[in-house]
Amino acid sequence: MKRWHLPLLITLLIFAGSALFLHKWLNLGLALTPAAEVDVWNVEVRVRFQPTGSATEVRLALPERMPGFALLDETFIARGYGLQIRPGAIDRTAIWTTRAPRGEQVLYYRAAVYRHPERVAEPFPGPAVPFEWDAPFDTAASSLLTETRARSSNIESFATLLALALARPDSNENAQAFVRFDDTAAQRAETLIRLLSGARIPARAITTIDLGVEGGRRVTTDTWIEVHNDQRWIPIHPLTGQVGYPPTVLTWTDGARPIVVADRAQNLETTFSVSRGLHDALDAAMRVERDSPALRYSLLELPIGTQNTYRILLMVPLGALIIVFLRNFIGIKTFGTFMPVLIALSFRETELLAGVILFTLLVGLGLAVRFYLEHLRLLLVPRLAAVVIVVILLMLVVSIVSHHLGFDRALALSLFPMVILAMTIERMSIVWEEHGPADAIQQGVGSLLVAAAAYGLMVNRTLEHLFFVFPELLLIVLAFTLLLGRYTGYRLTELFRFAAFNRRSSFSPEADTPSKTSDQEPPR
Amino acid sequence: MIRFISPWRLRALGVVGMNQRNGQIIAVHNRRRDYPKVDNKLITKKLAEQAGLTVPQLFDEIRTHHDIHHWPRNIPQGRGFVIKPAHGAGGDGILVIKSQRRDEYIRASGRRITRAAIDDHLSNILSGMYSLGGRPDTALIEYRVDFSDRFADLSWNGVPDIRTVVYQGFPIMAMMRLPTQASDGKANLHQGAVGVGIDIASGATCGGVQYNQPIDLHPDTEQPVAGRKIDDWTPLLRLAAGCHELAGLGYLGVDVVLDEIHGPMILELNARPGLAIQIANRHGLGPRLKTVDRYLRHHPKPTDPAIRVALARQWTAAWNDDREPEHRQLQTDAIEHDVPPPAAKTA
Repeated sequence: MKRWHLPLLITLLIFAGSALFLHKWLNLGLALTPAAEVDVWNVEVRVRFQPTGSATEVRLALPERMPGFALLDETFIARGYGLQIRPGAIDRTAIWTTRAPRGEQVLYYRAAVYRHPERVAEPFPGPAVPFEWDAPFDTAASSLLTETRARSSNIESFATLLALALARPDSNENAQAFVRFDDTAAQRAETLIRLLSGARIPARAITTIDLGVEGGRRVTTDTWIEVHNDQRWIPIHPLTGQVGYPPTVLTWTDGARPIVVADRAQNLETTFSVSRGLHDALDAAMRVERDSPALRYSLLELPIGTQNTYRILLMVPLGALIIVFLRNFIGIKTFGTFMPVLIALSFRETELLAGVILFTLLVGLGLAVRFYLEHLRLLLVPRLAAVVIVVILLMLVVSIVSHHLGFDRALALSLFPMVILAMTIERMSIVWEEHGPADAIQQGVGSLLVAAAAYGLMVNRTLEHLFFVFPELLLIVLAFTLLLGRYTGYRLTELFRFAAFNRRSSFSPEADTPSKTSDQEPPR
Repeated sequence: MIRFISPWRLRALGVVGMNQRNGQIIAVHNRRRDYPKVDNKLITKKLAEQAGLTVPQLFDEIRTHHDIHHWPRNIPQGRGFVIKPAHGAGGDGILVIKSQRRDEYIRASGRRITRAAIDDHLSNILSGMYSLGGRPDTALIEYRVDFSDRFADLSWNGVPDIRTVVYQGFPIMAMMRLPTQASDGKANLHQGAVGVGIDIASGATCGGVQYNQPIDLHPDTEQPVAGRKIDDWTPLLRLAAGCHELAGLGYLGVDVVLDEIHGPMILELNARPGLAIQIANRHGLGPRLKTVDRYLRHHPKPTDPAIRVALARQWTAAWNDDREPEHRQLQTDAIEHDVPPPAAKTA
């Protein structure tokens, strides 16, 4: 029974894993490669708050008009809330209402958007009503408008020049009156709209989000203005004067009003997250097979922030498998068992070369400090704590210096697991002292090699897609790991280590060398 | 020189690799709860004393920082002592005091050391500087072994010790570890000490190994390492074999030193003895483990270490047979049947 236990378990795991995988692939038609699913983004808004009284109402501004994009699908998740959607001029409002909320409330809105270059003609809204400026500002405004008009040819260039004048106010005294150095995009947009109204040009503020943000866990909103030139609305960035939306900027809602308003709520917190890809092909499948439990209970139903975390997390077992292989089959020595996987995870942010350089730099500097601390004869825990503090300080210095040198990759350094770094430094210094620098450097290089190998596997987009869509593949990884766990053969490095046994053979001429004394065993 | 050996040849020679050692030997024969008995030198020493096995006498143990102020208790004047951490590994944290005169202490190297510096060292031991994982530790003050100078010409600035691998109570392989300049006087193969295989039957040394490479001469003293006889070989093997009962571990490394007056003494035990001993002996552990297993399949384990030593010494003739492994296999089979029942045998 005991002998069959492991093979049975392995067979079961492989069977279960591959059965579910094949079912999802062949019967439900989920794609094996991430190829067909680019340019679809999932935007998630999470509203979190503490209710202060009984009946609570939350109003969330929702997109309606999205130049360059189209809405594929949207979902509202709010347990115990009534929902109504009211259309507005350029956006919509979702109104969530509930009678008696208790404890922290979290509401979700998710929209899947895809690129859809369709230009809709929008009618001229009529000339704007001029804004009434107070005493010193009115003359400044009119002379600024006159100057700008003289230098421009049409509405678009007029608005752009005005934005640029405010963006670089040093050259223009009139512009200076309307600028504060810490203006946000929203504040500047409001100023611009008032100034433009002086020329009777209709303008409006638009809240946007950038879909191109790496990671997309906490996306911040931005504000643009749009001016109407008689045919269409022209977007201008209020701070930079840039004309036209970049391809990844999605217009969200009317910029003149807040995105979320909540009655009887405190600690209101709104987060945007964005993830890219995947949903297109999957949605196609899921629309057909929505009733299949395999899809209903899948990762794709989780909030996007959690999904993004799992995308990374699901790659860790692969890294662990690589470690098993490199340590037990090849025999590479590393510091700590799974430290290289964590290093590999941080390489995801810095990319390999920069990651290796930064890691080496940090560990090198940390080691120097650690050797100095050795002189001070500290107790172990304070010494470790000191190394952690020094590591963070070093990260800070490296980030600032490299930013000044224009080497922005190093900014991702903060994602290095510093406690792991500190432990590495500690262990390396102990190996250094007990077994000499050669061993310490050998193990350090070994750790980096393993981390690089794990990284190479973990950033593979196809693998990432496979494990995300088919997490049951982890059962197969588990089966493999269990199988490798029973390997008792030689490691590759041992074949070199034990090479001396080549010389021991009674049939080789060496065997009869004269060093035999008494009945002791023979050859050299 | 060939720097690579095929795994098939290695397997035929019965060389045990790291994975096999961990998965098939240590995991099967060594219970985790027995580990503290060998990892903590204080426990080892007390168990050994109870079992009547020779260990360097414990003078004092220092458990708290408070104890540090009171430590010269029980220490015989004049002949020095050794301070070591209970959980130390690889000879780290060991301080050897050769002699003392009032508040002045002379280290083994001849350098002087003040009482305050020794206190500092004790404090470091207690705070876990030398223990695995940095856990708080205990410091031992024990008898300084008066090393037999028989092998002075084979060691550099340190003392050799003898490592015996004891499998199920049978001493199956042994080597002498000679300190070198490269190992900084430490008897640690990993750091560059020389390992010299010892024939179990006769106690005579054969070829040596340093950094996994075969050598004939000690790299510092240039003396041949082979053909030397270990004194007190039989008591040494019995001492090592007796550690099996003490620790309860099926696969055990026993480190023994030879004292001028007291003969062989157990220095420390190891629950995960390394594999370099195979290179030093130029033989794999595999056939020897098999012989013991095969014997135990048909016979109860002899409770007297002396009988186990006698059996192991009989088997060595077959183990040392350098003919092709298949032939050797036959011969060990033959020996197994020749072995008299243990009760009839006296040591």
